[in-house]
Amino acid sequence: MQKSLIKNHQSSVIWILLLFVLLAAPVTVFAQDVDPNAPTDDEINAIAKELYCPVCENVPLDVCGTQACADWREEIRVKLSEGWSEDEIKQYFMERFGARVLAEPPPQGLNWLVYVVPPIAFLGGVYVLYRGVKSWRQIEADDDVIEQSQVEEKPTDDYVARLEEELRRSEQ
Amino acid sequence: MIANLGYGALVITFLVSLYGVGASFYGMRQNKPAWVDSARNGMLLTFPLLTLSALSIIVLLVTDHYEVEYVASVTSRSMPMYLKVTALWGGQAGSLVFWSWLMSAFASAVTLRKWDRDREFLPWVIVVSLITLAFFISLNIFIENPFTRLWQMPSGQVIEEMFQPAGSVLFYPRDGQGLNPLLRHPGMIIHPPMLYLGFVAFVIPFAFAIAALVTGRTDDRWIRLTRRWTLWAWMFLSLGLVLGGRWAYDVLGWGGYWGWDPVEIAAFMPWLTGTAFLHSVMIQEKRGMLKQWNMVLIILTYSLVIFGTFLTRSGVLSSVHAFAQSAIGPMFFAFIGVTFIASLSLLFNRWNDLKAKTEMTSMLSREALFLLNNLLFIGILVVCFWGVMFPLISELFTGQKVTVGPPFYERANGPLFAGLLLLMAIAPLSAWGHSTIKTLGRAVWKPTIVSVLVVVAVVISGITNPYALIGIFLTALVITVTVYEFWRGAMARGKRHGENFYVALWTLVKRNRRRYGGYIIHLSMAMLAIGIIGIEIFQSETQGTLSQGETLTLGAYTMSYDSLAVFDAPDGRNVARAVVSVNKNGKPVGELYPRRDFFYDSQQPMTIPGVRSTIEDDFYILLVDWEEISISNATFKVYHNPLVKWMWLGSWLFVFGTLVAAWPEKESDPVPARNRKRVSATAKA
Repeated sequence: MQKSLIKNHQSSVIWILLLFVLLAAPVTVFAQDVDPNAPTDDEINAIAKELYCPVCENVPLDVCGTQACADWREEIRVKLSEGWSEDEIKQYFMERFGARVLAEPPPQGLNWLVYVVPPIAFLGGVYVLYRGVKSWRQIEADDDVIEQSQVEEKPTDDYVARLEEELRRSEQ
Repeated sequence: MIANLGYGALVITFLVSLYGVGASFYGMRQNKPAWVDSARNGMLLTFPLLTLSALSIIVLLVTDHYEVEYVASVTSRSMPMYLKVTALWGGQAGSLVFWSWLMSAFASAVTLRKWDRDREFLPWVIVVSLITLAFFISLNIFIENPFTRLWQMPSGQVIEEMFQPAGSVLFYPRDGQGLNPLLRHPGMIIHPPMLYLGFVAFVIPFAFAIAALVTGRTDDRWIRLTRRWTLWAWMFLSLGLVLGGRWAYDVLGWGGYWGWDPVEIAAFMPWLTGTAFLHSVMIQEKRGMLKQWNMVLIILTYSLVIFGTFLTRSGVLSSVHAFAQSAIGPMFFAFIGVTFIASLSLLFNRWNDLKAKTEMTSMLSREALFLLNNLLFIGILVVCFWGVMFPLISELFTGQKVTVGPPFYERANGPLFAGLLLLMAIAPLSAWGHSTIKTLGRAVWKPTIVSVLVVVAVVISGITNPYALIGIFLTALVITVTVYEFWRGAMARGKRHGENFYVALWTLVKRNRRRYGGYIIHLSMAMLAIGIIGIEIFQSETQGTLSQGETLTLGAYTMSYDSLAVFDAPDGRNVARAVVSVNKNGKPVGELYPRRDFFYDSQQPMTIPGVRSTIEDDFYILLVDWEEISISNATFKVYHNPLVKWMWLGSWLFVFGTLVAAWPEKESDPVPARNRKRVSATAKA
């Protein structure tokens, strides 16, 4: 008796579940087809493009062919559909995998060096060049150099000499 | 047997190289030319010996000798013959032998030149070349031996040893692991040899520079002797970079050609200093200036060549700790350190002898503009070097791995590249020695007006991106100035000799190959710039999952997914190949076949795009995914890459320009230093 009751109860649950699935299925399909809030592949790629594969070396997440990256792109899709912003998703990936997932190191601590060193080095180069040019002093012209350039240029480079002469004349 | 032969040849080459270094030193010290000649013969011998060694590897590769560990790791039975041959440079050990083989070819070629008038350079050129060669061969002998075999011990364990351990028998795997799929592409077949040729060829001018420093011949003789070597080296390196870009575009499946990856940058850095050097040596030849700087540049180039090889071969890029754990990394590091410090010590020793004999009279003279060009090249080098090194520094000091990606390089290098374009446009118009704003203004105003008109036309066509407009203006200026130079030169010559324009142009280029070859290279760089502007600023992309018959639109293009077939190819691939119809502005323009290859042996996939390429744009389709069973749905990623073809066309023009510039001219040999002094004295008298 009890067994039969349980069996009846189970079969009602199954029928209810089946009915629910049947009713929900078209709604789900419909939702997939027309949900204007569902993230597109392009929206996912736009974020994935700015993240780097946490496993491979120097491969952006949007083009990485590994299954892991496909899963992470799917994760971005889920987060976007849950309403996460781009920054929140980036922050989530950074907290999970470290700063290496970002295309550039976050400007903090030692990372500042990556942004500061090149311009300082370049300005240093400009300064050295400026000082070098400024301190250039006429030293007695080297006969060797002049002779050599004359010896080589005369037979083949008369056009160059003439053209440069022309430029000099135009200045006067 | 073959493995022993190849290994024996390697060991003998190593010993011959060491002997050559010793004999050369001894010959110099004792003033015994016979010893130097013996060292020279030793250097010549390295080429046939290394050819034997490289051929041994090739024979092992093509005859499926999988008992040799290298063969088992880079080939498989299903691979076609040509790929088995190119597997010589498909793995670490083989590529190092290939590097050494090319190095010996260049060293031998140098040895065969006439040394009568530059005899004092010879011993030092031998020493530098053979030390470099010996270093690379030592990597093969002691660490990355391509002839190591697999031995099965009585316990059943399989170990890798060159010679048979007691009680073991050779182990023959049934098949190899196969070449990395990414390397099974025509671009990758040619790309590494070109890059290596560029790398090893730069050793030659460096060897001459060291010879000049040691012997005290601080005039520009060493530069004149190595001018063509440098140009060839530069051409091969440039070609290697372009082919690498083409390979990335065709194989890596991300719609681009350059990703600012450390491996790419490793090859780009010596190119930067090499290009600066090519410009800077002209100042020394014409004006006797920048002797110290030229030495610095060639030393840097050599060190960056070794450093680039170190970066890609030591495992340091994947982790600083991998570098520390590998044997090859510390050896490279020590070699770079020793050669760099030794070279700089020599340079500082000769510093005063290398001081300029003339002054820079005008900041607008050609030499001043070349100097600025050098500054910009070095600026880009600093950005690249720092971008590659910083992740290692960060990992070393904080344990945190970081990525320095394209946004950093593009932001930092963009203005520097723009500056280089501007200089490329202006410098040909300025005169050596002295130029003023007035002179330069007169020369540049016509090309500037043409370039402004080009920009106006571009704006009218609807393009308003300021970066694009700046790039287009500068590129137009380079092209206009360069074409103007050709036209002006041909007209002047035609007038002078009564020749028609075309004859005058031909003769002009023929008689001034270096100058006009350089201008052709400038034109090719402008074409490259057009391609880069197109893809970097105007690239667009979209992705979508389509059912058969559905369409996806990007700009003027519409693609329709027609069908997809999955099949096994005879060379060990499983191929998924889609058929896609493409329309442009509503008109059919053909079918494309993007595909995904899966290689059974290495268990790796490769994505090959379907590309419609025209001078105007590329329509580039990738097959991202598909339904395994029904194949009714497939996901495609589509890129629209405007103007990218200009890059590939520009690279052809660039090769042509370099050939023009490097082609030997019928010119009287420069008067050697000793004679020159006599000539000078006679002239004074």
